[in-house]
Amino acid sequence: MTDTSLRSAPPAARPLITLEDVAVRFAGEAVLSRISLTLSAGRIVTLIGPNGAGKSTLARVVLGIIKPDTGRVQRHGSLRIGYMPQRIKVDDSLPLTADGFLALAMPGRSRERRAALARVGVKHLHKRPVQQLSGGEMQRVLLARALLRKPDLLVLDEPAQGVDVAGQNALYGLLDEVRQEFGCGILLISHDLHLVMAATDEVICLHHHICCSGTPEAVTRDPVFHDMFAGHPAANLALYTHEHDHEHTLHGDIDARGDATTCDGDHHDH
Amino acid sequence: MIIELLLAPLAAGLAVAVVAGPMGSFVVWRRMAFFGDTLAHGALLGAAFGLAVGISLYPAVVLCCLILALTLVALQQQQHLAGDTLLGIVAHTTLALGIIAVSLLPTVQVDLFGFLFGDLLAVSGRDVAWLWGGTLFILLLTALNWRRLLSITVNEELARIEGINITATRTLLMLMLALLIAGAIRTVGVLLITSLLIIPAASARRLVRTPVQMAVLASLLGAVSVFGGLLLSWYADTPVGPSIVVSAAALFVITLLLPKRR
Repeated sequence: MTDTSLRSAPPAARPLITLEDVAVRFAGEAVLSRISLTLSAGRIVTLIGPNGAGKSTLARVVLGIIKPDTGRVQRHGSLRIGYMPQRIKVDDSLPLTADGFLALAMPGRSRERRAALARVGVKHLHKRPVQQLSGGEMQRVLLARALLRKPDLLVLDEPAQGVDVAGQNALYGLLDEVRQEFGCGILLISHDLHLVMAATDEVICLHHHICCSGTPEAVTRDPVFHDMFAGHPAANLALYTHEHDHEHTLHGDIDARGDATTCDGDHHDH
Repeated sequence: MIIELLLAPLAAGLAVAVVAGPMGSFVVWRRMAFFGDTLAHGALLGAAFGLAVGISLYPAVVLCCLILALTLVALQQQQHLAGDTLLGIVAHTTLALGIIAVSLLPTVQVDLFGFLFGDLLAVSGRDVAWLWGGTLFILLLTALNWRRLLSITVNEELARIEGINITATRTLLMLMLALLIAGAIRTVGVLLITSLLIIPAASARRLVRTPVQMAVLASLLGAVSVFGGLLLSWYADTPVGPSIVVSAAALFVITLLLPKRR
């Protein structure tokens, strides 16, 4: 990934939402603990981490769907949030075209809705029932719905899923464009290392707590990381099995020891 | 001749069928059929209550359905039991209580059969006025809140993020449904009321492309069912409520045979 132009966020970005020491428990089990982060206008932050690490939960805290058990979520001013979930299921009994789906967010302005679909590259799906869309097509329609709101903050859950390489490149470009146009902050949840490296200002590695965070450059400078991820088709898999030293160094290293243990959030709480 | 005798029942039946189109569509989209049953069963308790304290029957039924709807909304906030389990408990408990209450009433004879299967031929001009008033009221509320209602039906998370008050919208839908069911008991009765909600909507599904089309077509099919049911009842001397449901079911079968619109 050579496209570094995407990492040109202004240095003093306006904060949109700040999480302070947030913890979430489901049925007594800590899903998230000690999460502090700030999402700012014009900056792209990516959450990575293994399945079940609490990435989606953290996104839902940011979205305001889940109230944290402890800690503070501060929204700076009234935020318009656009959200692209991984997938949604619309009951087969509900006759709804892609355009009708967008009209829920923006009624009455069919030209803008068409433009939004064109922008994410699925103009031709305008009249298609949503139940007949493929996973990737539905994601784009969801992205169009999020963009229609002209969001201050855009939250994307696994945007690269079900998208081919050309589609991914288009997606990086689109995210950068959107950030320029709306000046919005973007929170990505991603399994996809290419997307992380190409389009991100900051990477947050999550496993119930924040294992490490930093710029992708800082992360990629780490030789161990480089060995593990450069050019490997299995790069995505490798990411799930890395282990942290849990020293939160300034540049946020990822210390991979090669064995298949995942990082354990609890042992650095005490 | 027929028309004069059947005018009031027809007007009453049409009032219910018209509003059952959009409401029934929501019931189908949101898989709330059992919710409708629960409200209908609870209505009997309302009727018994009304008789016991000496207020007229239908206001008591309406009140009971509205309270029951609010109770169900509150109960559904808890997470330990699935929605249909809760509904099953409430539905059959209130039905049992209603029947016990009716049996305990000393002097009054309640037309239990009419209550369970409808009593459309007995409606008065005043009933018709009330039913149409209720229908227009619900239709107006539905139209004003259409996008909100549809939005929470498609996806609650997206709706919430886009600033829609989920609980308020859901409560509104439940209350409108409760009002409809309380009124519609007159036409097809407690036991068959849900069918009038879901059968026309289900029939419309294959023939439409948008939610509005489905709601409107469901209203039309419901109206045709009411018409057909009354004719059947008149010529074959069958009970009206079940005849309407059978007409609706016949229409459903016919729509299955039509080519699907794509």
